[in-house]
Amino acid sequence: MREKKIKTTSPSLEWNYSPALESTSHLKLKKQYDLFINGEFVKPSSGKYFDTINPSNEEKLAEIAHANEEDVDKAVKAARKAFTEVWSVMPAKERAKYIFRIARIMQERSRELMVVETLDAGKTIRESRDVDVPLACNHFFYYAGWADKLEYAFPNRTVKSLGVVGQIIPWNFPLLMAAWKIAPALATGNTVVLKPAETTPLTAMLLAEIIKESGLPDGVVNIVTGYGDTGAAIVNHPDVNKIAFTGSTNVGKLIQKAIAGTDKKVTLELGGKSANIIFEDAAIDQAVEGIINGIFFNQGHVCCAGSRLFIQEPIADKVIKKLKERMQTLQVGNPLDKNTDVGAINSQEQLDTINRYIKIGKKEGAEMFQPACKIPEKGFYCPPTIFTNVAQSNIIAQEEIFGPVLTIQTFRTVDEVIQKANNSPYGLAAGIWSEKGAQIFNVSSKLKAGVIWANTYNKFDPTSPFGGYKESGFGREGGMHGLASYVKLSNK
Amino acid sequence: MKNSKLKFPDLLSIPKIDKVGVEERVATFQTRSIKNESKIQGLNMILNMIDLTTLEGKDTPGKVKQMCYKAMHLHDSFDDLPTVAAVCVYPSMVKIAKDEVKNSGVKVASVSTAFPSGQSPLDVKIYDTKFAISEGADEIDMVISRGKFLSGDYNFVFDEIAAIKDICGKVRLKVILETGELVTLDNVRKASEIAMYAGADFIKTSTGKIQPAATMQVTYTMLLAIKDFYQKTGKMIGMKPAGGISTSKLALHNLVMVKEVLGNDWLNNEYFRFGASSLANDVLMQVLKSKTGVYQSPDYFSID
Repeated sequence: MREKKIKTTSPSLEWNYSPALESTSHLKLKKQYDLFINGEFVKPSSGKYFDTINPSNEEKLAEIAHANEEDVDKAVKAARKAFTEVWSVMPAKERAKYIFRIARIMQERSRELMVVETLDAGKTIRESRDVDVPLACNHFFYYAGWADKLEYAFPNRTVKSLGVVGQIIPWNFPLLMAAWKIAPALATGNTVVLKPAETTPLTAMLLAEIIKESGLPDGVVNIVTGYGDTGAAIVNHPDVNKIAFTGSTNVGKLIQKAIAGTDKKVTLELGGKSANIIFEDAAIDQAVEGIINGIFFNQGHVCCAGSRLFIQEPIADKVIKKLKERMQTLQVGNPLDKNTDVGAINSQEQLDTINRYIKIGKKEGAEMFQPACKIPEKGFYCPPTIFTNVAQSNIIAQEEIFGPVLTIQTFRTVDEVIQKANNSPYGLAAGIWSEKGAQIFNVSSKLKAGVIWANTYNKFDPTSPFGGYKESGFGREGGMHGLASYVKLSNK
Repeated sequence: MKNSKLKFPDLLSIPKIDKVGVEERVATFQTRSIKNESKIQGLNMILNMIDLTTLEGKDTPGKVKQMCYKAMHLHDSFDDLPTVAAVCVYPSMVKIAKDEVKNSGVKVASVSTAFPSGQSPLDVKIYDTKFAISEGADEIDMVISRGKFLSGDYNFVFDEIAAIKDICGKVRLKVILETGELVTLDNVRKASEIAMYAGADFIKTSTGKIQPAATMQVTYTMLLAIKDFYQKTGKMIGMKPAGGISTSKLALHNLVMVKEVLGNDWLNNEYFRFGASSLANDVLMQVLKSKTGVYQSPDYFSID
């Protein structure tokens, strides 16, 4: 018999996760991406291209065409032609098949989409894999189902498409926002000119490839890349019937000014400074998870981020202590690592904005806490940050930071917190944490916010409408309500 | 009660548990990707945290001896494998097990207090425990009275645990909550508090006789209770999920959970155990795969 020395000592060591990088070997990114107009990839008339970089290491990923007015005009003309000749006269059930096919091909190429999304936007692979890409597919699936049932969505009304819609989307959820915009527009029989954000155009270009592969008739979806001037060209084009914009409140206001006096329809999904309210009877440990998810999900680049935390005073110290401990376990770093919880900030510009607000917060005398974490030397990163000792009067509690920065205020009574939560020019979302059903119904009916989550935060579903009050915009996306933004209704 | 320092927990102040939130948090532990070195290190830790268990009516000295040998010799063709932490048997088998594992460092844990139902008078439970200790048990795994708990008689449950802890003295006491019978996570939390305040050294999920047993949701809830208790009292309580953990992957996810809730201090067999009978071979298979690069047939792993 073999003799063996028996080893019983317990290996009580530091146990850390080895790097678990998602493979990029399956990617075949092109060096240069052109504009997608009338079913073809065409060079920009100016011949100009700009770089899109990986914010996690500042390396160049590809060159992207910069569309000018001439290119936008070509795109709008193609969309108009496709609208009048093909898409608006096609039976709705045939339209549905195309939308369904796009969803299927997206699913097939989901590994590619999620990796490119992470490379281009800096968001963690965990989120691109589990949230962005599956949700984007689901939006196409969901709206494919509506295409031939519009008369049931709007009973006793005649439903007509609008025509050509111009859609301008942000950089925080590049593919998902494209899906939110394109899917309902197609289901309702409109044609599209879409402009992705300049820092995150890549998944939109992959989507263009997918759309081409799906056999969608030429010109039904056109994708033009570029900066603000490209967006302005879409907004100002006389033959566009509707503008759908998601982005900052400032740009939203500019768009409204630009289209004043025209008969263009518009929906705006803008900024937010959403209240996340923890009542003393909440399930504390789960509420702490909700705070984390509310503000650090996607590095806080979420328009509905729970960036204003309100904690009822009896439990404030306990919650803040637990929150700080939980923050120590967040893994900050390379977004391609499957264990990373907080990835890279989308751009240098956004990082500067966030750092400016952090400076303001300190100057205002708020108390800052950041967990000890190793941050990569290259790339744009900001550690998860919370500020305590904050009042409604602090700038950091009023303005949207759009980063992993949380302000924490305490409150005493229900009325007080409702008043404070509503005391904001924004009204996009809110969270309520309480084990008492009556409390949840009471508070949610009094909060002026488009989306209210109870005992959870940042949950999205294609069947559920999303949109804001006040300066957070108007119009709803998602669900049956999302159809209304893309149709003209008249009485039968 | 001899130990007058014990204090009944304030059950009104314990946090409520939101099941949906717990499920969501647990899902994030399960998407952690454990690769390469951290995987090998984790697998070795798991082996060293196992309480190799046989708790059957048909247990015989022969069966127990064979299991004890396996506990010390998990896979002798490889040199640097640890032993398991302990063997877990019925009181009648403690002496046999103790003789087998003596001087090896492997501990003998004995279930007691009329395991698994606990439906016996306290005197019987005390005798059961005394007997196991006198036969040489290093650790006692007691069950709580779930019937009393569910009927709201929390003081009874508390007093019973305290009485058994009195008998145990320095012998480490694991308190089995049998969470499959407590059903709700709020109950699990409440029972955890009662056990810890009554003197438990470890809290343990299940007997292995009731399904569901050691789900990650239940273990997570108990880990949170341990954390709060540690912060209040400074005492580190151990955790033992038992029943239903039979794959390396699930065991690794449990380690992830311990690390992220309680930290590395709990990642050793002083404070964390797996109660399992078939986990060891699955872990061994993974360990050997990491050393040789290929999976081997189950025929190469001994069944004891």
